[in-house]
Amino acid sequence: MVAPMLTEKELWRVLEDVKDPEIPVVNLVEMGIIRSVTREDERVTVIITPTFTGCPALHTMQGDIATRLKQAGFSDVKVTVTLSPAWTTEWITEEARAKLKDFGLAPPPRHTGDFELVLVESAACPYCGSHNTRINNTWGPTPCRILYYCDHCQQGFEQFKPL
Amino acid sequence: MENDLKDALAARLLAMGDDEAILGHRDSEWCGHAPILEEDIAFANIALDEIGHAQVWYALHAELLGEDAASYPDELVYRRSAGAFRHAPLLELPKGDWAFSMLRQYLFDLYESVMLAKLADSQNESIAGAAIRIGREEIYHRRHTQTWVRRLGLGTEESNSRMQTALDALWPHVMELFRPLSGDATLIEVGILPNLGDVQTVWEAAIRPWLTESNLAIPEAIPSNYTRTHHTKHLATLLDDLQEVVRLYPEGSW
Ligand SMILES: [Zn+2]
Repeated sequence: MVAPMLTEKELWRVLEDVKDPEIPVVNLVEMGIIRSVTREDERVTVIITPTFTGCPALHTMQGDIATRLKQAGFSDVKVTVTLSPAWTTEWITEEARAKLKDFGLAPPPRHTGDFELVLVESAACPYCGSHNTRINNTWGPTPCRILYYCDHCQQGFEQFKPL
Repeated sequence: MENDLKDALAARLLAMGDDEAILGHRDSEWCGHAPILEEDIAFANIALDEIGHAQVWYALHAELLGEDAASYPDELVYRRSAGAFRHAPLLELPKGDWAFSMLRQYLFDLYESVMLAKLADSQNESIAGAAIRIGREEIYHRRHTQTWVRRLGLGTEESNSRMQTALDALWPHVMELFRPLSGDATLIEVGILPNLGDVQTVWEAAIRPWLTESNLAIPEAIPSNYTRTHHTKHLATLLDDLQEVVRLYPEGSW
């Protein structure tokens, strides 16, 4: 089989179809998880980085990327993992942040590297916008989420943890 | 890389991986048993983080030895005998009560924070990169455990007395974290590893006031005789549990 004539730019667009397995409203490109895509003749190499080091979804992501590229006609796909530079929530695009909020997941606050400073600010409730909120737990259903409670609309919600 | 340096680095990476893996396993024993649901979730996530961190150090260890970074960590955890583990024995002690596990986690989190901050400047690029990454996640651990230490220390008479009992039992073991391995001097010389004495100084300067302000008395304890190469009887029991399935089904895969 001959691999299709897609430029690297077009490959990035194909990879936008691959959703985050734990947050299916956003894709791996806009989450900053896919770090590079290179093409050498028939072979496509994708480098990804986990959000959290122990992220249990990493293998699923690798499989989903390979599956999508195979659908696009590439049989020689290599997905490798890099740990450096460390992933940060600063890499999540504005568009993805808006999607997270619509999903009911408060986007991570912006920070300039020292995120411990923003941890003292309360998250805005994704349902009513109130800042009258408090942390119930620093960990939620996944390591990357903080459990909050909104005292204004009396609703529990989650925030993507700044990192 | 010269052989001496390579052996020393492999040994140090193995010790760092073992610290995380063994503590992660002990923490995971709280899954379904923590005193409140929120803490059950939190501690299970901390356990998951530590096991993830173990994988990072094990992968670097594997690369150095020319082994497969993806599969070799499983070999290390599931197929080694007790005598080959190189973690600090502090981390293999049975989980005890909630106070004991929480305090141990805090002692280790703070040690790790100091160590990782220094390793971020390591002359070895892979180690520096991993240290930056793991260090950020550790901030959440430290904030969590230090808050619980304070809360339990200043809480009720019972919570304070349980914390004091835990501290009396754990304190003799803390030196195990700072005793160098035989090859460490070589690594310190070339700027790969920080001086563990310096790590200890920073650690003590942070931990002593926090414990004291949490109404806990730091014991005048004689350091334990255990080391990274001389373990307590609890390690064999821990491995009986951790390696049970692999021993029963050596060729199993899932
Ligand atoms: Zn609200």
